[in-house]
Amino acid sequence: MDVKDIIRDENLVYKRTKLLTDKPLSYCPGCGHGVVHRLVMEIIEEMDIVSDTIGIAPVGCSVLAYEFMDIDMQQVPHGRAPATATGIKRCWPDKFVFTYQGDGDLAAIGTSETIHACNRGENITIVFINNGIYGMTGGQMAPTTIPGMRSSTTPYGRDTSLMGNPLKMTDLVVHLPGTYFVSRQAVHTAVNVRKAKKALRMAFENQKLKKGTSFVEIVSNCPSGWKMTPVQANKWLEENMIPFYPLGDMKVNGEIVKQG
Amino acid sequence: MGELRLMKGNEAIAEAAIRAGCDAYFGYPITPQSEVMEYLAAEEPHKRTGMVLLQAESEIAAINMVYGAAGTGKKAMTSSSSPGISLKQEGISYLAGSELPCLIVNVVRGGPGLGTIGPAQSDYFQATKGGGHGDYRLLVLAPASVQEMADFVPLGFDLAFKYRNPVMILSDGIIGQMMEKVELFEQRPRNTTFDQSWTTTGKTPDRERNIITSLDLDPAKMELHNRDLQAKYQKMKENEVRFEEIECSDADYILVAYGSSARICQKTVKLARQKGIKAGLLRPITLFPFPTDIINSYAQKVKGFLTIELSMGQMVEDVRLAVNGLVKVEFYGRSGGVIPSPDEVLKVLEQKFIGG
Ligand SMILES: Cc1ncc(C[n+]2csc(CCOP(=O)(O)OP(=O)(O)O)c2C)c(N)n1
Ligand code: SF4
Repeated sequence: MDVKDIIRDENLVYKRTKLLTDKPLSYCPGCGHGVVHRLVMEIIEEMDIVSDTIGIAPVGCSVLAYEFMDIDMQQVPHGRAPATATGIKRCWPDKFVFTYQGDGDLAAIGTSETIHACNRGENITIVFINNGIYGMTGGQMAPTTIPGMRSSTTPYGRDTSLMGNPLKMTDLVVHLPGTYFVSRQAVHTAVNVRKAKKALRMAFENQKLKKGTSFVEIVSNCPSGWKMTPVQANKWLEENMIPFYPLGDMKVNGEIVKQG
Repeated sequence: MGELRLMKGNEAIAEAAIRAGCDAYFGYPITPQSEVMEYLAAEEPHKRTGMVLLQAESEIAAINMVYGAAGTGKKAMTSSSSPGISLKQEGISYLAGSELPCLIVNVVRGGPGLGTIGPAQSDYFQATKGGGHGDYRLLVLAPASVQEMADFVPLGFDLAFKYRNPVMILSDGIIGQMMEKVELFEQRPRNTTFDQSWTTTGKTPDRERNIITSLDLDPAKMELHNRDLQAKYQKMKENEVRFEEIECSDADYILVAYGSSARICQKTVKLARQKGIKAGLLRPITLFPFPTDIINSYAQKVKGFLTIELSMGQMVEDVRLAVNGLVKVEFYGRSGGVIPSPDEVLKVLEQKFIGG
């Protein structure tokens, strides 16, 4: 029996989306970025909107997202993706525009752009990868680094009396009148991946309604920055990140369903 | 003849934007150019042409909105004044690196720092030598009248798309605020087709995906990209140099000045000629590319050049490079919002070259 015999239509339960290129991912083994890339591309394929979709790649580990996503994309300065997305969407109100951003990008240097895009209710989708650290620059503290968590600039653990408190950006945007859908998900288990996909799908479908910003946080990992194996990282995420950043939909159809 | 109106320079820019078929304006208020956005808001350009107008949360956001729109092939623009233009520099560098066409207006005020709201020309270096990080150039147009404020908007967009490069209109508080008669050009249509070889409007089955980026981690490829950019800037130098000459042909002394300084010097030339001093004015209209050749050719026959700027001496460096030591190049500038009078300039000319 060769591969062709096994991969027959009736046996086929899963197929890689054709919107991911063949380029090997530049992400570290076990990193959540790759999973979220796949989910976003699956959704765009399933909704059949590729010819109307423009994605924005940030500065961060996912700066090269355009190498892996086989769609039209723009790469933008650190933190400014929501502004760029605004510029596109205002000119092309019927296109699907999304940003894909890390926590340093979205919640530190780009805080202003994030809050104002969400507050204006730009009809875009924001995909926010919260791994609690600056992955690309080598594991420095992020605004989302949780208390006590080690990073290369908090080598003894984040001391909030010195470094200030983590910023729960999603809890903040949920209260802005411009957000229509706000959800926090994770991708470290198969069940979570399915839930995350559902939320992301909703976040893209909402663009058809033109009722405001859809914002999905993915609580993710950074095995390299956290200095853990992928398995350890996912366990640490489950035990430490998720209690601090609880999962679930927070705003649906413009109504707050769960406080942060 | 087009419609005649009495307008402020800033208003002329705004009206010209609508008429030029601009698709989107993103800005943030700052004196002395806030009238651009105010005029647009009052005109409701979405009703006139469908043009988008959005007041952004900062100059940084505004330039990145321009980036997004420009990356889809739309005619996008922003305007600001000196401190705001400083904030935009990272975005402008990305626009140049990603080769996106757009129009950026700087109605210059005095600096450094918060400086003054008075007019100045002290952002010449920033506009012509790069401004942000990396090896890049903007094509820089310097209007000297309200008429040119209007006319340089469609010209700026044409050049931006011709070279796929950001174009800057480097104006100043005088030209922005003063009122003059302006003849307005007819309404131009907005773009309806978008070059599918590079714009990100959504990947269709008949083409590869388009990527707007300034990043290349492969040093060899990045260097190649920089060489391509330089070749483009070289083409601008060959094809886009613009300047105006006033009474230069028989001149012994040439004043070199752009924008509002050129207006002052125009009067100085008259006063000088009345006194029998053969003065002329060479007004660079493009600051990059700079009119080097014409200045150099006059350097073979005149006795000297006097550069006049509302700065402590910036463009004079380019004049000196053009003259290349052939004759004396003197400089006189006022700053901080102070404006020299034509008599004052004449006195300097006499002191430095004749009486002195
Ligand atoms: C203006 C600017 N400042 C700083 C940097 C350096 N830098 C690159 S990525 C990054 C942090 C990215 O972290 P995050 O957004 O959390 O994404 P991750 O890499 O973890 O996915 C920083 C600070 C930059 N490229 N530009
Ligand atoms: S450094 Fe962290 S966030 Fe970046 S690819 Fe590696 S694991 Fe992922």
